[in-house]
Amino acid sequence: MNDPAMRVENLGKRYRIGSVNERNKTFREAVTDKITAPWRSMKNVFRKQADTGEERSDHIWALKDVSFEVKHGEVVGIIGRNGAGKSTLLKILSRITEPTEGRVVMRGRVGSLLEVGTGFHSELTGEENIYLSGTILGMRSNEVSRKFDEIVAFAEVEKFIYTPVKHYSSGMYMRLAFAVAAHLEPEILVVDEVLSVGDAQFQKKCLGKMELVGREGRTVLFVSHNMSAIISLCQRGMLLENGRLEAMGDMHKVVTRYLSSGTALNGNFTRQGNSGGKKLEIKQASIEKNGKICTLYYNSESMVVRITYAVLTRLTGAQIAIELLTESQECLFSTTNLDGDYEKRELDPGSYVAECPIDLQMFRQGTYYIRVTSSIPNREMLDTVDDLLVFEVYDDSSPLLKLGQNRHGIILPLIRWRHTLNLPLT
Amino acid sequence: MNGGRIPETIIEPGGGLAGLQLRELWDYRELLRFLVVRDIKVRYKQTVLGGLWAILQPLMNMVVFTIFFGHLAKIPSDHLPYPIFVYTALLPWQFFSSGISSSGNSLVANSHLISKVYFPRMIIPAASLGVGCLDFLIAFIILILMMIHYGIYPGLGIFLFPLLMVLVALAALGVGMILAALNVTYRDFRYVIPFLIQFWLFATPVIYPVSIVPVQWRWLINLNPMAGLITGIRSSLLNLPISWPDIVISGAMSVGLFMIGIYYFKKMERRFADII
Repeated sequence: MNDPAMRVENLGKRYRIGSVNERNKTFREAVTDKITAPWRSMKNVFRKQADTGEERSDHIWALKDVSFEVKHGEVVGIIGRNGAGKSTLLKILSRITEPTEGRVVMRGRVGSLLEVGTGFHSELTGEENIYLSGTILGMRSNEVSRKFDEIVAFAEVEKFIYTPVKHYSSGMYMRLAFAVAAHLEPEILVVDEVLSVGDAQFQKKCLGKMELVGREGRTVLFVSHNMSAIISLCQRGMLLENGRLEAMGDMHKVVTRYLSSGTALNGNFTRQGNSGGKKLEIKQASIEKNGKICTLYYNSESMVVRITYAVLTRLTGAQIAIELLTESQECLFSTTNLDGDYEKRELDPGSYVAECPIDLQMFRQGTYYIRVTSSIPNREMLDTVDDLLVFEVYDDSSPLLKLGQNRHGIILPLIRWRHTLNLPLT
Repeated sequence: MNGGRIPETIIEPGGGLAGLQLRELWDYRELLRFLVVRDIKVRYKQTVLGGLWAILQPLMNMVVFTIFFGHLAKIPSDHLPYPIFVYTALLPWQFFSSGISSSGNSLVANSHLISKVYFPRMIIPAASLGVGCLDFLIAFIILILMMIHYGIYPGLGIFLFPLLMVLVALAALGVGMILAALNVTYRDFRYVIPFLIQFWLFATPVIYPVSIVPVQWRWLINLNPMAGLITGIRSSLLNLPISWPDIVISGAMSVGLFMIGIYYFKKMERRFADII
């Protein structure tokens, strides 16, 4: 019993990425390219036979030298940004794909939940889908029968259980799908980001169910971008970065490290060389927390957008502006360094720094972009930063999180109401 | 807790997933059942005629073949009425051809499962063969009616029929698994399958009797497993003399195809999730 539930040794996974052919320059080339494509790919087919698997430039390691142990009954959270290797690790552990090197020993039945609604078929009824999805996820049919009522109750779809799921609302569909998965009872459970689906109330219910799973002494590996959920669910955590295991230990410490070390996202822009001919040039733009470049924030924190620019000729009325965009590239707001100070300022040639502090309290969890531009309003565009700066906000303080209910709106300000008893009823 | 009772899973490159693992296949037999049931239930959803299609397909083929090959081209039919002659072969042929085409496309059609959950992959092509079984049984009713109509009844040879059908299923599964695995890497095979089926039909004595093939070339045509099996099925259903050498050669070929199918499928299986 002292053996670990899972022992992972030097795990690595290499993927072949298709070599990028040069882009076609003319239509004629595009046509000849299409015509010769079958021959080229045929050649590739035969060349692949001779491929001995040595290191090649079109190979990437999605996971490399990952070793760890998980004890029985431990709930371990896995964090890291997109492409860090989290999904690859889960896919190997759930035996969907094979590692290129290394070894995993797992003791106990393994169940994996990489997607909500695996195996669901829209033409089939709720009942039929429970059985289908249940057996696909590794349950026996009598096990499904035993838990059938419980699953239906958990999903709150009693009335529609004999209706094809294509007529379900997306919320009902998700609830049913998760309900099936939540009733898996393997000794080791591998869960990918599945809590991001469904409404807030159901998310809370799912979190509760997951916590219960952990308390029943089952071993759980759990990937999430929801930092507060992962802290409340997991004692231990690991941080993956570029396919390597960067840190493992106390979940809280791992999350802190992740949030403070996040510079790999584009939180900084530095212009290389001189663009020439410009009157004003943005040299550098960065997003900072406590004077250090950082791209990951809790919404209880605030950040500073710092822009260094050079003025090359004397300018009047030049402004630096930033636009804050949501993940779907909608503009949330824009602001300029002249806001609140409407005197036309004169700028002598030289280097300047503009800082814009932004309180993140009203931000919803998600990814945001910042575009930096400079112009003389209504007269001329001076300079634009081509790359958008990117940062992520994690929710640790919004009303949504505290109350577990859904809210409309792009932003989520915490507004303290005044609330008094006006007339007692006596 | 008794440590020995905990199942241990070892994941290694090229290791843990190889081997036939019959035991594991047996553990997943319920999944096979549910996938077959799913395919059957979904198959004729939103069609007006529903299960009638299972009868219509071989029936229409029989009518067309009877008109063109029986009446116009006057292809001999060993002194049997052409409709029943061609129908007895169309039954297993339809099972075989729809089997290889549905199992050949099955992995790609179920790619969402392959990339999201583990189970023995062989279940997928096997399950898609299951739907064909039901179609076969439905179409078989027509054959019984035709037998009554023509007054042609099977003899003792009928006992050979189930065995021959099993051999047909093995051949279909073998070919289906090879095509399914190829289809994962090269989607070209989606377009190859219909041609393959068409050529194979003409290489098989479905619309013509094997007796028009010169005796010294008979062994060659039997290298096509479907040739000997379909002739055998026709003989067993219509009370004709059974030619054992044909059945033995074709039967061996179909078992061989099945083994090659398993071997190739197993070999390719490890890479399915990465390239599908």
